[in-house]
Amino acid sequence: MAMTSLRPCGDYRTSYQADQTIFSTRLTLILIVAAIVALCFAPMFLSRYVLSLMIQIGYLGIAALGLNILVGFSGQISIGHAVFFGFGGFASAYLANKGVPVPLAIVLAGLWTTIVGLIFGLPAARVKGLYLAIATLAAQFILQDFFVRAEWFTGGTHGAMAPPFELFGYDLSGDTRYFYVVLFFVVVMYLGATNLMRTRDGRALIAVRDHYLSAEMMGVNLTKYRTMAFGISSFYAGIGGALYAHYIGFMSVEGLDILFSIQFLGMIIIGGLGSIMGSLMGTIFMVLLPELTGMLASALQGSTIDQVLHLKDGITYMREMLIGATIILFLIFEPDGLAHRWRLIKAYWKLYPFSY
Amino acid sequence: MQSQLLVQLIINGLIIGTLYGVVGMCFVLIYKASQVVNFAQGEFLLIGAWVCWWLLTAWDIPFFWGFLIAIAFMMVFGILVQMVVLRPLIGEPIISVIMVTIGLSIFFQALMKWMFGTFAQPFPPIFPVAQVNILGLQVQTAYLMSTGVSLAIMAGFAWFFKYSKMGLAMRATAFSQQVAQSLGISVRQVFALSWGISAAVSAVAGVVVGIVNGVSSALSFFGIKVFPAVILGGLDSVFGAVVGGLIVGLLENLAQFVDSQYLKWGNLYEIAPFYALILILMIKPYGLFGTRDIERV
Repeated sequence: MAMTSLRPCGDYRTSYQADQTIFSTRLTLILIVAAIVALCFAPMFLSRYVLSLMIQIGYLGIAALGLNILVGFSGQISIGHAVFFGFGGFASAYLANKGVPVPLAIVLAGLWTTIVGLIFGLPAARVKGLYLAIATLAAQFILQDFFVRAEWFTGGTHGAMAPPFELFGYDLSGDTRYFYVVLFFVVVMYLGATNLMRTRDGRALIAVRDHYLSAEMMGVNLTKYRTMAFGISSFYAGIGGALYAHYIGFMSVEGLDILFSIQFLGMIIIGGLGSIMGSLMGTIFMVLLPELTGMLASALQGSTIDQVLHLKDGITYMREMLIGATIILFLIFEPDGLAHRWRLIKAYWKLYPFSY
Repeated sequence: MQSQLLVQLIINGLIIGTLYGVVGMCFVLIYKASQVVNFAQGEFLLIGAWVCWWLLTAWDIPFFWGFLIAIAFMMVFGILVQMVVLRPLIGEPIISVIMVTIGLSIFFQALMKWMFGTFAQPFPPIFPVAQVNILGLQVQTAYLMSTGVSLAIMAGFAWFFKYSKMGLAMRATAFSQQVAQSLGISVRQVFALSWGISAAVSAVAGVVVGIVNGVSSALSFFGIKVFPAVILGGLDSVFGAVVGGLIVGLLENLAQFVDSQYLKWGNLYEIAPFYALILILMIKPYGLFGTRDIERV
C-alpha cells in the first residue's frame, strides 16, 4: 500500500476509476478521517474562544463552498451571497418558531433558499459575466430591503429569535455541543460537493465554465446548468445561514450588507477558485484575519504607532481595508489561491531533492 | 400641493439625473477603453470630495483653487490605480478584474472612513445665496451649478471624442486594440489616461454632491446607483449613459412621489432603480443604445 499512497505530481491518472475517486490516495483518506476524529475530541481540550472561532469557520465555510461552486466551478460571479446566507437564517428561524423541529427547519431553510436563489438565478439564463455580477448586486439590495420590510417573516428591523438546536429532546446549544452539529454539517456538505464534482452534473458545470460553446455542442444544456449552479450555491448559503441563526439564537438584518458578500468572495479567492478544500482554507484565513488584526492592535497599544494612527478607533476600518487589500494582493500575486500554494508545497516534498 | 411636489421632484430628478449621467459617462469611458467594469467608481467621487473638503477646511484655500487641486490629484490618482493595480491583470478573466475593483472599493471606502470619520461634513459656504427662486420653485444654487458643470462636462466629452487626437485614439482603442496598436497608438497610455480622466471627472461630481449634501461615505453609493443607469443606456454608449442617468434620476424621484402619496412603503426611492435594473437585464440586456453583440447564453 505504501507505493500507492505516493503519487507523482501532475495528472497521471490512467483510468476513469482513478479520475473519479473522492480521495486521491489512501493516505489522504486516512488523514481526513483522522482529522475528523481528532476534531470530535477537540471540545474537550480547546477553550470556548477557539471553539467559537471553529464554529464560525464551519458555517461560513459551508456558505463559502456554495459560492465557490457558483464562481469557481461554473464561472458565474455573484455579489449577493450574503443575502442568501441571511435568507437561510431567517427561513430557519421562521420555521422553527412555527413549531418545525430545528434540524428539519435547517434543511427546509436550505431548500427555501434554493428556490429564492433559482428566482434570482433566472437572469443567469440570459446574461453572463459582468451583467450577471450587476444582476446579483441588484439582488443584494432588493433582498436586503425585503428583510427590513417583511416583518411577518423576519421581524423587520428588530430581527427574529431562533430557538436552540434540539435533537430527540437533547439540547445541543452552547459552544461545546453545537460544535458537533456544525462539524456534522461541514463534513456532509463538503463530501456532497466533492461527490457532485464527479457526477455528470458536476463535470457539466466545469465544462460550462471552461468553454461554454464547446459544452453546448457536446449536449450540455447551458440554461439548465447555469441556473442549477445558482440553486446549489443558494442551498449551501441557506444551510450556512441557518446554522448561524441557531448558533447565535437571533437573526437580524444587520451585517447582511454588501461588505459581507464581498467577504465571501474574498474567502474563495484567497482559498482558490474551483477548489473545494480551498474554500475552507480561505474561510479560515478570513476568520482569523480580523482576530490577528485585533491582537496586533492590542499588542501595539500605547506605542507611538498607536498614538499616531489611533488604532483603537480605526480597528474596524483597518479590518475592512485588510479584506480589500488581501483580495487585491491575492488576485495580482496568487490568483489560484492558497490551494495552489498547498499543491506546490506537496509537489516540492514529493520530488525532494530532485525537483526537476 | 401634490402637483407642486411632483414638479419639484421632477426637477430634482433631472438634476440628480445629470449627475448620474456624468458618473455614468466616466464609468463607460473606463469600460470602453479598457474593458474593465469599475466597481470603485463611487470611491472616486468620495476621495475627490474628501480631498477638496480637506483642502478647503484645513488649509483655507479658496474654493476655485481647492477644486482644481483636487481634480489634478484625482487625475494622478486614477492613473496610478490603473498602473499599479489594473495593469498586472490585463488578460486575466473578467471575474478577477471585477473582484479587484471591488477590493479597491472597500479598501478606499474604509480608508476614507478611518481618515475622515463616518459623519457627514458640510462644505464651507461657497455661494452667497443658498437658494434661488425659479418660476416659483426653490432650487439650491449648488444644484444649479451642478447642472451647469454637468452640461459643460458632457459638451467637453463630446468635443474630446470627436475632435481631439487623444479622444480619437481612445475611440480607436475601444474599437479594436490590435488595430489601434498597429497604427502607433500607445494602448497603455490610453488605458492610463482613461482612468485618469474618469477619476478626475468623477471627483467633480463628488464635490458638487458634497456641497449639497455634505461629504460622507454615502457618496460612494453613487458608484452603485450608476449601474442601473449604464445598463439602461447600454454599457458601451457614452450617450446612453447620459440618457440612462436622466431616466434613473427621474425614476427615483417618481418612485418617491408614488411612495409618499399612495403606497407609504418607505425606502422605495433607494430600491426602485434596482428593480428596474433586473427588468432591463431580463428584457434587453444590451440597453437602449448599446451594441447588440453582447454575448448571450
